[in-house]
Amino acid sequence: MLKVFGCILGRDITLALRRRTDVLTTLFFFIIVVSLFPLGVGSEREMLRELGPGVVWVAALLASMLALERLFAADFDDGTLEQMMLTGQPLALLVLAKIVAHWLLTGLPLVFIAPLVGMQYHLSDGAIWIMMASLAVGTPILSLLGAIGAALTLGLRGGGILLSLLILPLYIPVLVYGSGAVAVSMIEIADTQPYFYLLGAFLLLALLFAPLASAAALRISVE
Amino acid sequence: MTINLFKYAAPTAFYPAAGRLIPWFGGLALILILFSLYWGFFETPERLGGSNPQKEYYRIIFIHVPAAWMSMWLYLVLAAWSAIGLVFNTRLSFMMANAVAPTGAIFTFIALWTGAFWGRPSWGTYWDWDPRLTSELILFFLYIGYIALHSAIDDTRRADRASALLAIVGLVMLPIIFWSINCPDPNQCAALHQRSSLSNIESNILTAMLTMTLGFWLYSFATSFARLRGIILLRESDSGWVRKIVEREART
Repeated sequence: MLKVFGCILGRDITLALRRRTDVLTTLFFFIIVVSLFPLGVGSEREMLRELGPGVVWVAALLASMLALERLFAADFDDGTLEQMMLTGQPLALLVLAKIVAHWLLTGLPLVFIAPLVGMQYHLSDGAIWIMMASLAVGTPILSLLGAIGAALTLGLRGGGILLSLLILPLYIPVLVYGSGAVAVSMIEIADTQPYFYLLGAFLLLALLFAPLASAAALRISVE
Repeated sequence: MTINLFKYAAPTAFYPAAGRLIPWFGGLALILILFSLYWGFFETPERLGGSNPQKEYYRIIFIHVPAAWMSMWLYLVLAAWSAIGLVFNTRLSFMMANAVAPTGAIFTFIALWTGAFWGRPSWGTYWDWDPRLTSELILFFLYIGYIALHSAIDDTRRADRASALLAIVGLVMLPIIFWSINCPDPNQCAALHQRSSLSNIESNILTAMLTMTLGFWLYSFATSFARLRGIILLRESDSGWVRKIVEREART
């Protein structure tokens, strides 16, 4: 089973690295959205420091959503997805591998670019570390939950907009606790612990149920 | 006398049954709502609370609280029928879920809207980003997402099953909404919205509020059944019995 997981993971990453622009587009979308806010609301230090955590998290939400459309679409178009469903392997496992690959390609780069963004918003060093940590725990949840929506809207006209309508409400808890952790860290770093406990709990729950739900959704969409 | 309930799982049997039930539910709903409006306006105290009393405007409670309750309850009903539909593969369950969704969305909207009007005189603001208000807003988005997904898919079978799955996934938000109102530990959730305090409420207010809830509940039955009849006719439109009904309607 682990072999299948590794196989799908390797395949998806190889495919994505052959077409690097897809990965880079998401990253640059994130950077551009984050850079737009100071231009729109003014560049006062204090205000930016207050806005920073929320803006970064909202941009991460949107960036991860933008990339979700492609999660199953290419495999659906060329029939690979149907072949995957016909194999004797559990579909949820294959879906999980695809989600992990998706996160490595779209979520993880956001974690590493976060310090740069934090500097744009004059966040303190401690807050930047917390931001990286909260993104590292939070973005996998976004990919996991998003996979359900991507599977449900597979092959629909206007799927992208519909996807945002379905999935953004479910993202709200992650947004609240993710940006909450960063905001709290500016006052007292030790107080961020409960936020990470909650994010960790969300991650475990999502890890357990989201692949199953996505697999069920794929079966509905492809049948 | 035993009634075989499974008989009514067939749209053919349920269509006339729903038609007979609608006037009862609708009529009772009307009576209960009128009664509770009367009771709420004329038999309840004019002010609420001690040192900083809420005056006449607290009467929004008679719409606001029952609507908020119904908004959560109907989502549960929606998810339950969706689950039954997915498990037993019954056509009518999906239609039922479909028929309930708009009523639920309307009640959620009413709860938000009346809440805004209540918030203005008592808190000085129409809206505040308090967990209880926000979670109710999320519930509204869930309803809208369900309806949007269903109407975006042309194939009825796929639409039913996909939106049913979405409804079940959205169910994880329901406990959050419920406990944001009935917070177990008030120190843990600082919020503007007051906690649910049914046990120490004045009995006349409680009477009016519970009657209104019952009225809203029966109203939900009436509207859902009416919508359900429409959905049945639409989906079974190529079957013989529907054609007979349409011909009969056309003659009269």
